[in-house]
Amino acid sequence: MTTLEQFPYLEEKLQDLEKRILCRDPQLSTLLAVFGEPSHLSFPSIFIYGHTGTGKTYILKTVLSTLELPYAIVNCVECFTSRLIFEQILNQLYDHCPSPDNEYSSYERCDTFNEFIRLYKKAISSEGFENQTVYIVLDKAELLREMEANLLPAFLRLQELTQSNVTVIFLSEIVWESFRPNTGCLEPITIYFTDYSKVELQKILSSDYPEEYSPEFYASYINILLGVFYTVCRDIKELRHLAALNFPKFCEPVIKGEAKEVDSHKLWRNIEPHLKRAMQTIYLREISSSQWERIQQEDREAFQLKGLSAHAHVELPYYSKFLLIAGYLASYNPARTDKRFFLKHHGKIKKTDFLKKHEKTSNHLLGPKPFPLDRLLAILYSIVDSRVAPTANIFSQISSLVTLQLLTLVGHDDQLDSPKYKCTVSLDFIRAVARTVNFDIVRYLYDFL
Amino acid sequence: MSKRKSKDKSLPIGECIFQVQAHLRLRLLQLAHPGKRCGVESQHKHLVELLKRTVIHGESNSVLIIGPRGSGKSMLLQDALREIQAVKELKENALAVHLNGLLQTSDKIALKEITRQLHLENVVGDRVFGSFAENLSFLLDALKTGDRTSSCPVLFILDEFDLFAHHKNQTLLYNLFDIAQSAQTPITVIGLTCRLDVMELLEKRVKSRFSHRQIHLLNSFSFSEYQAMFKELLSLSSGFPDVSFAEQWNASIQSLCENKTVEDILQKQFNASKDLRSLHMLLLLALCRVCVSHPNLNAADFVEAYRLRCVDSKANILHGLSVLEMCLIIAMKHLQDTYQGEPFNFQMVHNEFQKFVQRKAHSVYNFEKPVVLKAFEHLHQLELIKPMEGLSVRTQKEYRLMKLLLDNSQILEALQKYPNCPTDVRQWAMSSLS
Repeated sequence: MTTLEQFPYLEEKLQDLEKRILCRDPQLSTLLAVFGEPSHLSFPSIFIYGHTGTGKTYILKTVLSTLELPYAIVNCVECFTSRLIFEQILNQLYDHCPSPDNEYSSYERCDTFNEFIRLYKKAISSEGFENQTVYIVLDKAELLREMEANLLPAFLRLQELTQSNVTVIFLSEIVWESFRPNTGCLEPITIYFTDYSKVELQKILSSDYPEEYSPEFYASYINILLGVFYTVCRDIKELRHLAALNFPKFCEPVIKGEAKEVDSHKLWRNIEPHLKRAMQTIYLREISSSQWERIQQEDREAFQLKGLSAHAHVELPYYSKFLLIAGYLASYNPARTDKRFFLKHHGKIKKTDFLKKHEKTSNHLLGPKPFPLDRLLAILYSIVDSRVAPTANIFSQISSLVTLQLLTLVGHDDQLDSPKYKCTVSLDFIRAVARTVNFDIVRYLYDFL
Repeated sequence: MSKRKSKDKSLPIGECIFQVQAHLRLRLLQLAHPGKRCGVESQHKHLVELLKRTVIHGESNSVLIIGPRGSGKSMLLQDALREIQAVKELKENALAVHLNGLLQTSDKIALKEITRQLHLENVVGDRVFGSFAENLSFLLDALKTGDRTSSCPVLFILDEFDLFAHHKNQTLLYNLFDIAQSAQTPITVIGLTCRLDVMELLEKRVKSRFSHRQIHLLNSFSFSEYQAMFKELLSLSSGFPDVSFAEQWNASIQSLCENKTVEDILQKQFNASKDLRSLHMLLLLALCRVCVSHPNLNAADFVEAYRLRCVDSKANILHGLSVLEMCLIIAMKHLQDTYQGEPFNFQMVHNEFQKFVQRKAHSVYNFEKPVVLKAFEHLHQLELIKPMEGLSVRTQKEYRLMKLLLDNSQILEALQKYPNCPTDVRQWAMSSLS
């Protein structure tokens, strides 16, 4: 079952497919077997799932276009309403493309599934597709669940509804079980696209080597790259991005003449710190690729990577800073402990004395708790050295903190007398803020006693 | 001489395979049963009788066909309709309107569709109607012959009947049942549904107009009948162009039926689900493997098809996760074990992961928190974890309570199969079991 020759298509087309699709032979042959011959009746629906970057969309597109089968491919992110999906399918069947000449209109207006069935039948007969299987591919099919309830079950039984030879193919990252509607539906057959193994990743990534260098040189680079990143990332798109980004750095010693292409150890020592640094921001894309390259060009030794988290530091007015600190303390300390922290003669209360059983887990794991306005102000008065008057000034600062999303209002907005708030900043952030006003916040946090 | 004749009739092997695929795919997908009705003879007779009374005697009726998915409701109906149409004078006399709850999502659309299927668009023209009932009765009046005494019987077939009950005021159902009951025009309303509680969905005024005739299809066949169906579905009929190939094919099917492996698979399938459609799908998948170099079905094809039908898809998804994501899953598993299934949030998972990295891990790198959060979000996106409450802006994403949608055994099994799994990670996963 591994050779493609058995399938009833032209030999050169199959060879073309084999050339263009790497490392997906079992999936490809399953797919072709399920498709059968164009004139045969095919499965009503096929559900293909697998992780992102396992070639679902690519293979479907390549197979359908290489074998010249009639098809329509729709991305459900792009076509987010049923009308857009219907019109897109009809446009593709009619080979109609919205352009300035037709004022970007679609071939036919189609609002409901009922209309779609009628227009689809018309399209099939006018384009002469009656005697072959038509494929409708719905990419990112998980979004269909959020559209009208009848859409998914109706697409599943499109073959029965249109009484024609049509196969609907769903592509998704999510398993079929979470698609199934309450009252059941026509079950599709499911095909799993497995993730690439390390060897396959190596093979695919090595295949796009730049022309100036030998394939072996690039392959050794990919080997190093995979050795570092394989544990955290198996997504081929991300790996490709990383490979392209770090390659100039890798070749630098070769260009400068410090090393030859075969000095793998030297090259490894050169690239390792850069890859380690890239590891800290994998997937995050906090800075653009061009910025990344610029940073690499400058190559400062003591360079600290500045991501969004490092930039997350806002300049606030003096009282606002204290308000935020007070809010943080009120959110993460139990109200009972305020006496211990803010009263001068509280006596000696150890942490174990007021440790209750259910409070063993720290508040920094459970998240902030809401607190009333009065408590916030009371803490504010005791942590600010000078006397603060409860003026409108202070209150307006509270509401601007809410606008900045540093504090959030809990409950309804219309509660005027005792509003409750929650502090939503992270520990690192609040420590940075506290440092600017010389306030040792950790000493006041119950979790860190 | 006779030898040459038979040689003439035999087709090249490629052509034979082509024909086999074409025949069997058509049979398995087009709801066409292979000749024998399995256990539904009485229901069939009942339905045909009912239809005949409408079409010949002009009686109105209403009936519901109820049965689980894939139990052959549409097949039964199509079979009955075909039988009715075989009688010549009836063919010209009756009209059928097919509606489907999935397509006609509102009564307005349904009415338009009825007009279209009765070819009355010209008659209606630009006429404006006061009410739904007026419109419908106008349509049916239009079907009356010149002398207005005899009227053309109409069969209304409502697939996914339960969905029509969700339309506003159930206007369509009310009007159809009302006409059926008040003997204006001979119509029969046939509803197909998989919901046994469909009567509860109907409003009182609709329910009282319904005849309460129900035909149940409950897949009440035994395993030996199931096996017989299996054979029947795959055998080639005598009409196959190449006789010798058909004989050979049928012989191989016969030997398959006696094969122990195939019987086991059928038994498993039968125990899991009795519906015929899943059997059809299984057979089709096996059939897909037939090609020129492999011209006969064998037991291995069925083993493969069965494997394809019942893989654990979540385990598949777990297989493709990165080590970091796998670590998070294990951390969640530990949290669930210690807190007896209480929900968790990202902070807790991260804390658990940190503990592992600091104490036991040699191979896992200590990742930055945003990277771990990204991995956590990816798990959410894959729907392996689910938030407890709806999306609320007020809680930070680190503190949103989540639930793990995986079973412990599933996780451990996935770890066994996981490629290049570091030993320390595996040991960490096993550690809490003791």
